[in-house]
Amino acid sequence: MSDAVTVNPCKVCAPLGACVAFRGVAGCIPLIHGSQGCATYIRRYTISHFREPMDIASSSFVESSTVFGGSALFSTGLDNLIRQYKPAAIGVCTSCLSETIGDDVGLFLREYEASHKEAPLPALIRASTPSYKGTHMEGFHAAVRGILAGIVKEPDATIANQVNLLPGFVSPADLRYFKDLLADFRLDGILVPDYSETLDGPSWDEYHRLPEGGTPVERIASCANSVATVQLGRSVRDGGGDWLEETFGTPCHRLGLPVGLRESDALCDALSVLSGRPLPERHALERGRLLDSYVDGHKYLFGKRAVVYGEEDLVVGIASLLNEIGINPVLCASGGMSEAFKEQVLDVTRDAQRLFPGEMEVLAGTDYDTIFARAEELKPDIIIGNSKGYKMARKLDVPLVRVGFPIHDRIGGQRQLHVGYRGTQNLFDLICNALMQAKQDNSPIGFMYV
Amino acid sequence: MSTAVLEKRRAQVATVQDGKASIACAKPSLSGSVSQRACVFCGSRVVLYPIVDAVHLVHGPAGCAAYTWDIRGTVSSGPELHRLSFTTDLRERDVIFGGAEKLERGLRSLIARFNPKAAFVYATCIVGVIGDDVDSVCNKVAAETGIPVLPVRSEGFRGSKKDGYAAACDALARLIGTLEPAGPVPPFSINILGDFNLAGELWILEEYYRRMGVNILTRITGDGRVDDIRRAHHAKLNVVQCSGSMTTLAHHMKETYGVPFKQVSYFGLEDMSAALYDVAAFFGDPVLHEKAAQLVRDEVTRLLPLIESYRARLAGRKAVIYVGGAFKTISLIKALRLIGIETVVAGSQTGRPEDYDTIASLCNPGTIIVDDSNPVELSTFARERGADLFIGGVKERPIAFKMGMAFCDHNHERKLPLAGYEGMLNFAEEVYASLMTPVWRFVRNTRKRGGT
Repeated sequence: MSDAVTVNPCKVCAPLGACVAFRGVAGCIPLIHGSQGCATYIRRYTISHFREPMDIASSSFVESSTVFGGSALFSTGLDNLIRQYKPAAIGVCTSCLSETIGDDVGLFLREYEASHKEAPLPALIRASTPSYKGTHMEGFHAAVRGILAGIVKEPDATIANQVNLLPGFVSPADLRYFKDLLADFRLDGILVPDYSETLDGPSWDEYHRLPEGGTPVERIASCANSVATVQLGRSVRDGGGDWLEETFGTPCHRLGLPVGLRESDALCDALSVLSGRPLPERHALERGRLLDSYVDGHKYLFGKRAVVYGEEDLVVGIASLLNEIGINPVLCASGGMSEAFKEQVLDVTRDAQRLFPGEMEVLAGTDYDTIFARAEELKPDIIIGNSKGYKMARKLDVPLVRVGFPIHDRIGGQRQLHVGYRGTQNLFDLICNALMQAKQDNSPIGFMYV
Repeated sequence: MSTAVLEKRRAQVATVQDGKASIACAKPSLSGSVSQRACVFCGSRVVLYPIVDAVHLVHGPAGCAAYTWDIRGTVSSGPELHRLSFTTDLRERDVIFGGAEKLERGLRSLIARFNPKAAFVYATCIVGVIGDDVDSVCNKVAAETGIPVLPVRSEGFRGSKKDGYAAACDALARLIGTLEPAGPVPPFSINILGDFNLAGELWILEEYYRRMGVNILTRITGDGRVDDIRRAHHAKLNVVQCSGSMTTLAHHMKETYGVPFKQVSYFGLEDMSAALYDVAAFFGDPVLHEKAAQLVRDEVTRLLPLIESYRARLAGRKAVIYVGGAFKTISLIKALRLIGIETVVAGSQTGRPEDYDTIASLCNPGTIIVDDSNPVELSTFARERGADLFIGGVKERPIAFKMGMAFCDHNHERKLPLAGYEGMLNFAEEVYASLMTPVWRFVRNTRKRGGT
C-alpha cells in the first residue's frame, strides 16, 4: 500500500521456504531456531496446502534465551529431536529473532558435534533465514545451498550420466515429472530437494514419525561427482548450483522454470546435450500434442487479459506461456524483491509487448492490496496465481486458475503439474477451459458447443 | 508410551485412575519437542482478531501478518477490517536503524485510509529485541488522530500463547470504561466474553438470550465493535467462555467496575443449557428463569430424538481430543458422551491444573491425559487406545488422516457452527459423516487396532 505498510502480503517468510526444502532430504526434520510460533504457523500454513504431516521442531525461545542467547535451548532441542525422531538429517534455519540477537548457529552446531563424538549424529545442515531479508523463496534457496554445503563431499571421480537438478520451489507433482524426465533421458538425476513423496505421500498403515521419500544424504554427498548441475529459476542468485560450481567446478546450467514451450525446450535441450540423447519419444509426443492444442485453442485466447502473481520464477514461467498463446499479461506481480524480475518478465513476453504495446505492468516487491487495486483498473479476463487471489477474482467476477503455493481452497495443490510439456499442457487446458467456461456462463444463450 | 514421550515431558502425561490424574502443566514447551502450541503473538492475535472495525497492524517482518491473514472462521455483521492483513514488513534496514518511524507512518496512512474506530499494534519478537518504543508511537498517533491506538505486547518469546491472551486482555482493559452509553442500559444486560463468532456461533447464542429476555451489551470479541467494548463496563454480568483467554479480563472488570462473571461453555446440550440457567439464576428473575426453562425444553425435546439416533449408530467409538483450551476439551468429552463416544485421550495446549482435574473426573479409567503434546505422542496414544476419531485443529488433521482416523476440526478455522443446540446437531452430523464414510474401508485394510 505504501512504503511504510504492507497490506495483504504477497509473500511469506524465509524459514517457511527453508522448511519445505529441508523436507526434500530423506529422513530430515527441520528445526527453527526461534519462538515456538514460527514453527507452528509455518506448519499450519504448509499443511493447508500439502495436506500432509509437517513436523517442524522449534528451539522454543523464552525470554532468558533472548537475553543470554539460545545456545542451551538449541542443544536441548537437538537432543530431544534425535531421541524422538532418529532423523538422518536435521535442517536448522534461523528466525528474525535468533538472527537479530546474533546467535551463531554454525558455532552451535560445531560445538554440538564436538560434544557428541561417541555416537553417530545425523547430518546437521543449516540455513540463515532472517525473515526481514527476502521472502520464502530466499529461504528456500538458502536451504538448498545449506543442504549442499553441509553434505556434499569433495569429488573423487566424475560419474558419467549423473546430473544434479535443483528444481526450485515447485509442486510434488512437478518433482515427480522431473524424475521421470531425467530417467527417460537415461540420466541419473539427484534432485535437491525432492519432497515429491514426503509432502505428497500415500496413506499409511502405521504412523511414521518421518515420512518416506526425499533424496538420501549419501546421494547428495556425491553431487560434486556429477557432470553438471541444472539450476531452474531465473531469479535464483547464489543458488546451490552456483555454490557447487564455485566450490568444486561442477558446471552449472542456469535455466528458467520450464513453463511454456520455449522454457521447456530449453530444459530438454540441456538434458539432451548432457545425456547425448535426443528428446525421448514420449516427450516428443507430449510436445507435439501441446503444440496441437495451442492451435486448437488459440481462438479462445487471443487478446485476453491476464493478471499473474506469485513467486518470481513461477510468474516468469506463466508469462512466458501466455506470451506463446496470445494472452496479454497485463499485470505480472510478485511479493519477491528480485531486482531482475521486471527484466526477466519483459524478456519472455516480447510477442505480447509487440501485439499489445504499452499495456503490460510488472510489479516487484508488491502486496495483494496493490495487485487488487491495479487489477480493478486493468479489468482482466482471467487471474492466474495461488489461492490468495480468490477475493480479487470474486470481486471482479473473473475466473481464477490456481497455480503455485499456497492452494488452500481446493484439493490437490500438491498434485498440480506446472512444468515441462506435460505441465504446460495441464496449465494450457486449465486456462483455456476457464475462459471457455466464462464465455459460456456469460452468454445469455448458453450454447452447448462453444 | 515409552519411546514416544521424552523424559522431560513425562510429568505432563498421566493415565486416569479413579477419576484422578496427576499432571504437570503451565510450563514452557520443551525445546525440540514439536509442540502443537503457538506463541504469545498468536494468543493476542486470536483474541483481538474478531474486532471488525479496528486496524490490526502487525509490527515486524511480514511473516507473522501473512500467516494470520483471513485465517479465522470468525464473521462480521458489518465492517470487515479484520479480514485484511497489515504489517510494517520490517526489512534489514529497519532492524538496524529501528522501525518506530516506519510504524508511525504506517499507522497514520492506515487510519487515514480505513477510518477505523481503533488500532491495535502487535509487537512481534524482533520489536522486543531492537527496542522500538511502540508505546510512545501509539500515544502520539492516538493524540493526533483521536482514536485509541493500543500497543499489544505480544513478542513471541515472552512466554506462551496464554501470555498473549493476557496481553490482549490488557489492551481490551484499556479500551473498556472510556465511553458512556447513549441511553439507559436494560436491566438484564450481559457481555459475552470469549466467543469469537466462528461461523456465526455468537448470533446463535444471542438469539437464545434474546428469547430469554436478556440483552447483550457487548460481544468480546466475536463480531466485536470498538465502541461497544468501550462501554462494556455497564453490563450487569460477564458471561465468560474460553476461560483460558478471557479470565484475566473478567477479573479486571470485576475489580475495577464491579461486574461479576460466570464461566460457561456453549458446546453440548448440558453445558449450553447450564449457561442459560446460570444467567437466569444470576438475575434471580422468575420470568427469565421460566423462559430459559421453556427454551431448553423446546430445544432439547427437538434435538434428543435426533441425538438418540446418532448415539445408536455411533455407540462404542473412541475419540482423541486435543485442542487449544481445556474448557473445550471438557465440553467435548461431555458432547461426545452424549452421542455414545468414549474419550480415550484428552489433552490441551494450555490447560490449568483445575481443568485437568475436571477432565480426569469426567473420563473412564485408563484415559490418557496430556498437556502440550506433539505429533509423536498423539499418534502413539491414539494407536495404543484404538481411537477411531480425532477432534483437533488443522495441525492435528494430517496425523489423524495418515492413521486412517476420522477427524473433526474444532478449532478457530472451522466454518461450521458447533455451539448451541443446532451446533450440537451439526457436531453429531459431522462426527457421523466423518466416521461412516466408506473411504476408511480402503485405508484401514491392514491397520492393526487397539494397540496390538
